[in-house]
Amino acid sequence: MGFRRCYGAAVPISPGYFDYASTAPLHPAARAALLAAYDDGWADPSRLYGVARRARIALDDARARIAGVVGARPDEVSFTASGTTSVHAALAGALAGRARVGTRLVTSAVEHSAVLALARQHEAAGGESVTIPVDRAGRIDVERFTTAVTAQTAVASLQHANHEVGTLQPVAEVAAICAAVGVPLHVDAAQSLGRIAVSMTELGASLLSASAHKWGGPPGVGLLVVRKGVRWRSNAPEDDREGGRVPGFENVPAIVAAAAALEARQGEMAAEAVRLSALVDTIRGVLAQRIDDIEIVGDPVGRLPHLVTFSCLYVDGEALLHALDRAGFAVSSGSSCTSSTLTPSHVLEAMGVLTHGNIRISLGRDTVDQQVRALLDALPAIVAALRDTDRADGS
Amino acid sequence: MTGDALVIDALGRRCPIPIIELAKQIGDIEIGATVVVLSDDAAARVDIPVWCRMKGQEYVDATPAERGIAYRVRRVS
Repeated sequence: MGFRRCYGAAVPISPGYFDYASTAPLHPAARAALLAAYDDGWADPSRLYGVARRARIALDDARARIAGVVGARPDEVSFTASGTTSVHAALAGALAGRARVGTRLVTSAVEHSAVLALARQHEAAGGESVTIPVDRAGRIDVERFTTAVTAQTAVASLQHANHEVGTLQPVAEVAAICAAVGVPLHVDAAQSLGRIAVSMTELGASLLSASAHKWGGPPGVGLLVVRKGVRWRSNAPEDDREGGRVPGFENVPAIVAAAAALEARQGEMAAEAVRLSALVDTIRGVLAQRIDDIEIVGDPVGRLPHLVTFSCLYVDGEALLHALDRAGFAVSSGSSCTSSTLTPSHVLEAMGVLTHGNIRISLGRDTVDQQVRALLDALPAIVAALRDTDRADGS
Repeated sequence: MTGDALVIDALGRRCPIPIIELAKQIGDIEIGATVVVLSDDAAARVDIPVWCRMKGQEYVDATPAERGIAYRVRRVS
């Protein structure tokens, strides 16, 4: 048991961690479930003996619990290896299943790169893809989305909320329009599930994808939901796992832990959303007051509770990221100098907002007021030090 | 580039340098005159128009140059 105490003990995360939108540390409920499932859910859930049946029961129970959270039927839920894999499978399957209807894929300019990369691949293979622009707040143009969704459209894809700026999308409105012409809507809920209510019925989603590590589950579990009646065909070679939707041996312990984390998060969600949203309001207010030439982006009201993004004029985003890191604060950036391709974030570009000096701050269940205060105390001086006032008078 | 009061060569310089140079030098031209920023940085195509919006200057256009892109800005304040 010394081994487990040593390696299984909760390690305190960095007090300056402000990148929960990228990933969250394991929820305590998930840790307990993960260890229990490694002991009793390790066997092959497809086999027909005692220990295998226990793994099957654990897997089916996790599936039913997650289905319950998102308002789906258990047999509509599958598990992949990541959110990206889920997005790819959801869209590729819908495109394949509805190929006779048409090849058009309608999506928005601010989707996660997993969606946009699949759209590019679809185009390269001769398919059609239409990308709908967004306004300054990052919200899609519903009118243009509506016009683009024709009866020949294979599938439409829209995020529940934007992962970089937090803006909520008018998903239910778009879903109603899609339903009217019989087009399935895929909803990317990776950033929203576990943060705000995600009900497939209320959203009107035909397909849904998400990722467990964002809600405090372990990495390596993607959620893929395909509603009954949606024409969907796997492009993978035949395999009977996961209802024929996802090939390969299921990671039962991780899936069990993902379900435990999501259920725990559902219980905490309402209070956490209020608490974190108030902290984000504070951050937005204080930064606007203390830093000149700052552009705080995304919808200040119709947004996710836990993240805020801003850009500082005349500041190098990479330098800002590193200066914050040296001060003990972990954040992410959409500035070009922080990307491997040296191109700015496609989200910021589509919104037409400042891309340099960009920082995303995202909060989670372990974030406390004092941490936010420390960050807000440090930021103005760090930005000022990076600005060369001799070279840019800011006028 | 005839008619432009000033050309800022920011080729090979990454953002925010082209914006810093624009902010620093636009005061040297008359109100109503134009300045051209030559840049091959991918962020400039977004950030130059945004800077104009934030600072109340007029973003005129962007045209491909021999190297990079020529962004034209009119000083209006």
